[in-house]
Parts: sequence; structure tokens; C-alpha cells
Amino acid sequence: MAREIHGMVEKRGAGLWLTHVLMILGVLIIFFPIWLAFVASTVTQPEIVRPPMPLWPGDQFFENYKAALFSGVNVPVATMLFNSLVMAIGIAVGKIIISLLSAFAIVYFRFPGRTFFFWMIFLTLMLPVEVRIVPTYEVVAGFGMLNSYSGLIFPLIASATATFLFRQFFLTIPDELAEAARVDGARPMRFFWDIVVPMSRTNVAALFVILFIYGWNQYLWPLLITTDPEMNTIVMGIKQMFPSGDDVADWPVIMATSILAMIPPVIVVVSMQKLFIRGLVDSEK
Amino acid sequence: MEKRVTFRGWLLPLCLIAPQVIISAVFFFYPAGQAIWQSLFIPDPFGLSMQYVGLGNFEYLLSDKFYRASFVTTGVFSILVTLVSMIPALFLAVMADRLIKGAGVYRTLLIWPYAVAPAVAGVLWLFMFNTRVGVVSWYLGNLGYDWNHVLNGNEAMGLVVVASAWGRISYNFLFFFAALQAVPRSVIEAAAIDGARFWRRFFTIVLPLLSPTTFFLLVVNVVYSFFETFGVIHTITSGGPQQSTTILVYKVFADGFVGQDLGSSSAQSVILLIVVGLLTVLQFKFVEKRVHY
Repeated sequence: MAREIHGMVEKRGAGLWLTHVLMILGVLIIFFPIWLAFVASTVTQPEIVRPPMPLWPGDQFFENYKAALFSGVNVPVATMLFNSLVMAIGIAVGKIIISLLSAFAIVYFRFPGRTFFFWMIFLTLMLPVEVRIVPTYEVVAGFGMLNSYSGLIFPLIASATATFLFRQFFLTIPDELAEAARVDGARPMRFFWDIVVPMSRTNVAALFVILFIYGWNQYLWPLLITTDPEMNTIVMGIKQMFPSGDDVADWPVIMATSILAMIPPVIVVVSMQKLFIRGLVDSEK
Repeated sequence: MEKRVTFRGWLLPLCLIAPQVIISAVFFFYPAGQAIWQSLFIPDPFGLSMQYVGLGNFEYLLSDKFYRASFVTTGVFSILVTLVSMIPALFLAVMADRLIKGAGVYRTLLIWPYAVAPAVAGVLWLFMFNTRVGVVSWYLGNLGYDWNHVLNGNEAMGLVVVASAWGRISYNFLFFFAALQAVPRSVIEAAAIDGARFWRRFFTIVLPLLSPTTFFLLVVNVVYSFFETFGVIHTITSGGPQQSTTILVYKVFADGFVGQDLGSSSAQSVILLIVVGLLTVLQFKFVEKRVHY
């Protein structure tokens, strides 16, 4: 919101500086855990295990990241990054496709069972995967989908949020467009591809940002169904890098992995900030 | 609200809606039904047969002191996470709102932690407070405070609360900041002309105007701390020490997968379903208000 008139309520002079100082302090405190992880990913193991560790980056950046990406602990982190990418994109794209289709059906057709299906989808809003893990695990195991991308993706793509978002949006598309399409004899799917999908572009992009983060940051589900290290995602794989028992963890490599795990979602959020905030506000409405 | 103009036919819409309905049925309704069904049985130790016990699992759970303790733990945990994530966020949003220039830069920086997965946040905080190598615990030790969340339940709780709240500060900040920007300037300026100082304006005008956002965030953050903090707990404490950080969702996992106690785990799932249901109803109530505002 542009504020051209600088009234008496905005701060000036000393108060303005104090506000900036407080903001910077807040940002520094919030950033400290990330900074420390970055520093730890650039120093040697002995520098960390003899506390206190340095608070300024060392010269081991390339060594540690190379060790993490190409050897890792159980499996190269590059493999885990790839798995996470497949899972996050699979969930985002899958959810967007099935939601676009079902919202289109619910808004633009009257068919038997419409209300029933609508409520059925609505109810899934209430069932986070955390609540029904054991039986969902059994279903996925029954399909032989353990340690597979489809097992990572499918149980997580049927949430109702995206469907409702598209339904809300479709309801705002002027009726004249559908009317014109019908008069011209356009088939429903033609209308869908030529009018509805292009008009939904911004919503699709905003939703993609939110869903990508959601998929990337999943933890419990990959933890349960990927017993094969080759299929681990990076977010769940970090915990697996800690040794059991009294061995000392390989902190520089673990911290390099933590930094690598947060880079893709941070890039998505920061570079698509406007879309992200819009998606966040929309999907919570 | 309904469309006036619709297309004819029923086969096509059924095909369009089928993928979502099938996935929901297979991965949502069937497992949820299974959870409800299994909650009425106790499997024998070899998992070969099931014995019907009616509501026995629920009776057992509700009389189990560990389960009741887990309810209390979850309550304490979610209240603390909500407070620790909302108060700093509101403070930062109020500060950012006072700035004419630069607020966007701060916003960009403050968004970061939101993108960090709860499990990764857990690892970062664990690293800072690690009893052997942690920087913060080392400096605390120098100040004469012996930090040990591995043994001390309160410290463990404090650590998982802060690690869980950290990323949510970003989220809450975005909502508070947007709400603050929407507060009409004229109202604030009128109060300022009447001589109301900043904090007085804040508590008498701004805060009441923010209440729909605040209520909304309260509910969303409670839901978050109930269901999305598993990663933090699993990476930092694994529910310990002595179950002092075992929240309900963690207990479903611990009893179902680690303890292999299917009947109890299913009964816990059913209880959680009821909790989610209540929270969702609450959420819709507040969201309604928000829309009217």
C-alpha cells in the first residue's frame, strides 16, 4: 500500500532509528540458527567438537559440501536432494491437476452424486496424515509402494484445500464466458483448456509455491515408507545421519546437508514472494 | 453460490472428479475407517488374530497415566508454541508497519525461517543447544547454568517449543503485517490528533482491529503445534526425557510403529480425529468472522 502522505503516525528522527535498530536486532536473532549452521558447514570437525565453535565462516566450504553431496553418511546428499525434488514437484503438480479437474466438475456440471462427492472431498480437510499413519502405511505397503516415488506422493496429494481454492476462483469467472462457449458449440474440455486453465494461471502459480514447500518439508511420511537409504528425502535423511550410540556426529557434513535442505524452499519462497504471500492468504481463507 | 450456466452430461464430470475421489477413498477414508475399526480390537501378540474388545482400548487409554500426561504435555506445548510464535511476530510486524521505507527488505529476510522444514529447524536448534558441542549451551555453562535437555524435562520442553515456534514467527509476521497495513490511517491519525501516544493507540485501536487476525492465527497455530511439529520432536528429543515431550501425534507414532501396539495406536488416532474435527469447526467459525471483517 503506498502511503504518499507522511503523517504524524510514522516514525521519524530518533524513533525511526530505534525502530530500524529493533528490526535489525529481531532479524539477527531470527537468523542466528541459520548463520550458525552455515558457519558449521565451513569449518572442520575438530573446530566444532572443541567448544566454543567459531562464529565466523572457515575455509572448508568446498570440502564439506563436496563430502556431503557426493558421499554423505548413508547415501550421497545429491540422491536425497533429487528424491525430495521429485516428491515436492510430484505433490505440487499432482494436487494442482486433480484439484483443477474436480473443481471444474463441481462448478460447471450438475451430475448425480455431486453433493456427496463435494462433502467427501470436504471431509478430507480434516484428516492430516499424522492422524492415520498406521492404516495408511498398511494400504501403501499392500500396494507394494514402499520405497517408491508413488508411495511418497499419492497419499499426500488428495487434500481438499486446493480444490476449494479453485472452486472459489471458478465461481468468479463470468457466466458469459461459459455461455459464449456453449453457444459456439465448444465442448466442455475445450472451454476448460482455452478459458479456465489460462485464467487460473496466477492461482496455479501461487498454489505451486505453497505445495512445493509442503511437499519438500514432509518428514513423518518419508520416514515411515522409505527404509531404503537410496529413497530417503533430504529433510528426513538428516536425522538418519546422526550416529546411534556414543559416536560423535559428523557435524560439518550434517550442517552442510541442513543448509542444502533449506536452499530450494528458501529460493522458491523469496523469489516468488508476492505469489507466496498471496497463496498463503488465499489457502487459509 | 452456484453457477447459472452449466454444461450437460454426467459421464464427463464423473471422470473429472474420479482421480480425487479415488485417491481420497484409498488414502483417506479407507485408512480412517481402518483406524476406527481396529480401535475396537486387540491383536494377539503374534498378530494372527484380533480380539474384539469394544471400547476397551479407549477405556484403557483414558485410564493410562502416560496417555493422560501426553494430553497435558500437548496442551502446554501448543499454548507455549502459540505464544512464543505470535508475540514476537506481532512486535516485529508493528515495528515494520511504522517504517515507510525498508519494510519490504525486512519482510524478505523474515520469510526465510518459514521455508525451513520443522525437522531441519529441529536439527539447527539441537546443534545450538547440544550438550557437548552446542554454542549456546557452552556459553550458558560459562555463565554458570548447566544446560542439559537430555536429562531435564523442562529444558527439553523449552527447546522443542522454541524450535517449533521459530519458523512460525515468519508465518504470523506475514499475517499481522498484512492486517496492520489494512488498518485505516484516518483512524490512527484521528487518535494521534487527540493526543494518544503510540502504545496507547496500539492497545486501544490497533489491537482490537487486529482481533480477527489474532483469533485466526491462534487457531492455526494450535493446529500447527498439534500436527506439524512431529519433525521437531523426533529430531530433538524423541519424546523424552521420560516422555516429557511426548505430544499426542508423537505417541501415535511411538505406540503404533515403535511399540507395535495397534489397538491402542488406532484408538489414539480416533481420539485425534475427534480433536481435529473440533479444531476444524473452531477454525471455520473464526474464518467466517474474518471474512465478514
